[in-house]
Amino acid sequence: MSVSADPQSRKALVDLAQKFTGREITPFLTTWETDGMLPRDLHRRAADVGLLGIGIDPKLGGSGGDFADVVAMTEAMIGAGASGGVISALFTHGIALPHVIDEYHRRVDAADVDGADYLLAQTIEPVLRGEMILSLGVTEPDGGSDVSRLRTRAERVNESWTVSGAKTYITSGVRADRVVAAVRTPETGEGAAGITLMMLDPASPGYATPRALAKMGWWCSDTAELAFNEVPVAPRDVLGLGLGFASLANHFVSERLSLAVTAYATAQRCLDLTEAWAKNRETFGRPLISRQIVRHTLVDMYRRTDVARVYTHAITDRYINGEQLIAEAALAKQTAVEAAEFVANAAVQLHGGMGYMRESEVERHYRDVRVLGIGGGATEVMTDLVARLRGY
Amino acid sequence: MKIAVCVKQVPDTWAEKKLRDDDSTLDREAADGVMNELDEYAVEEALRLAEANGGEVVVVTMGPERAAETVRKALSMGADAGVHLVDDSLHGSDALATSYALAEVLAARNFDLVIFGSESTDARMSVVPAMVAERLGLPQVTFAQKVDVDGSKVAIQRQTEYGYDDVEAELPAVVSVVEKINEPRYPSFKGIMAAKKKPVETLTVADAGLDAAKLGATAAWTKVASFAARPPKAAGTVVTDEGDGGAKIATYLTEQKFV
Repeated sequence: MSVSADPQSRKALVDLAQKFTGREITPFLTTWETDGMLPRDLHRRAADVGLLGIGIDPKLGGSGGDFADVVAMTEAMIGAGASGGVISALFTHGIALPHVIDEYHRRVDAADVDGADYLLAQTIEPVLRGEMILSLGVTEPDGGSDVSRLRTRAERVNESWTVSGAKTYITSGVRADRVVAAVRTPETGEGAAGITLMMLDPASPGYATPRALAKMGWWCSDTAELAFNEVPVAPRDVLGLGLGFASLANHFVSERLSLAVTAYATAQRCLDLTEAWAKNRETFGRPLISRQIVRHTLVDMYRRTDVARVYTHAITDRYINGEQLIAEAALAKQTAVEAAEFVANAAVQLHGGMGYMRESEVERHYRDVRVLGIGGGATEVMTDLVARLRGY
Repeated sequence: MKIAVCVKQVPDTWAEKKLRDDDSTLDREAADGVMNELDEYAVEEALRLAEANGGEVVVVTMGPERAAETVRKALSMGADAGVHLVDDSLHGSDALATSYALAEVLAARNFDLVIFGSESTDARMSVVPAMVAERLGLPQVTFAQKVDVDGSKVAIQRQTEYGYDDVEAELPAVVSVVEKINEPRYPSFKGIMAAKKKPVETLTVADAGLDAAKLGATAAWTKVASFAARPPKAAGTVVTDEGDGGAKIATYLTEQKFV
């Protein structure tokens, strides 16, 4: 049940997300960008006020609410000055934890009480308390968007497994306490059928984090390259043998919609900052906003932002009501990414020299939006997917 | 321990405030309503005292229908129940009428401690806590920057210009708090969800057994005869520096009696 369906509760949620951002995030964001990561304490603080577990069943340690509440929270946080990098790093578990929860439910259904309890007590609850950082490891150095061909392999050793291979571009991978890694298990089949998700512990022998990757944007979000050399994995850390690809595909829609929200919310923030700037900034003796070209650019920014938001909201509502919307989610992501790229670029342009300076917030958003058309399904992959679904 | 916190919905602190043309009262529709900022500190202090000493926190407000939002906010911060006095005949009540209505509502419910924010951002009179205490015949310990409850006593540090006074009173008592006292929590997501299900008692003037003749604009002891918008800022004085800028500024400041 959506908490934000009730206007007063929605207002309270927005207020909470804005206050949390203003108090706990924006004063420190520049420092965190220099550090290249968020402090662990921020996860605990976000958990304390329930932001970390929105959309997750309270019985599993979540906060309740649904995806519409996640959307409202994300919009409010970015609207108050959080960056795409903050969202990606603070809510990394949003793409990793659903796979653990899926396996938890499978074990409950299979009456594997110990196995289910293990996942709940050792992973799900600590992650939602902000005490454990959980990453998702899919992409490989020579793989990119092609999940079905990944090469990291798990070998059976008696009842257990050892995993060897490498992962890259792993969000929160430097700080991760556990990584849900997609690995090849040949015994379950070829291609997509041969993919299994396994939970790896960075403290295990053979696990290395050779590099924290330096990036164009998302500076406060650590990104790692991971190397596995016969990393042992116990059976209880296997999240459904051979079910990896299905599990990943299952959550593509929510991941793409989340990225769409980050995109149009960033566009809205850039628009708000630029509007205020255009009203206050005087050039050649007149406020910037008195120039027709500036006003029309603002309209263009507004139009793209609002179209992306309204479309994404419409798709999100239908998704929450249980519709399968693979093409629509891909289009929402594309539309919102295009809006964010245009609006962030125009925001820097209208800020003039100041827009190019580190001290201006739009500079950060300009850096941060660029990845949105690459990660979580590249624009070209999204387009081709829609072409196939539409029969073009 | 049963603690009441009196809260008020006020126009958003940052919004431009307007008076109504018809009766010269505050136009509450013209801006978003928020919980008076100092009342958040009062709610926080009540919750801390209840957490430390055990007990129940009841939030009490008087105001139009949408003041229910402010009750809800206090509930989402953690208060247990709400009382909302809402009636058209309350419109235009002055501090005397407000204190009368609140005192009656509070007296009927036997609280050990009543906590107020020390002033509201719209009226800024700071008199209601004292008036309520007087009407209830209770000790008032106001402008607290620290509150401790020990058995049947409440001890506060009363903020003064130069430091603070230690003041004690027997319970039941009325306390008002200043913003130095704590940092209000934000309502957690779970608190927001729980707030919808908490009990809120909505009372009319008749329900509360109040005398309508003592309430509202007609009963007010003061009346706004007329009002005008603040004049726009004047252009100011431009001092051109021709080597004597410092002296000119000093002359200006002297003329204006700033130095």
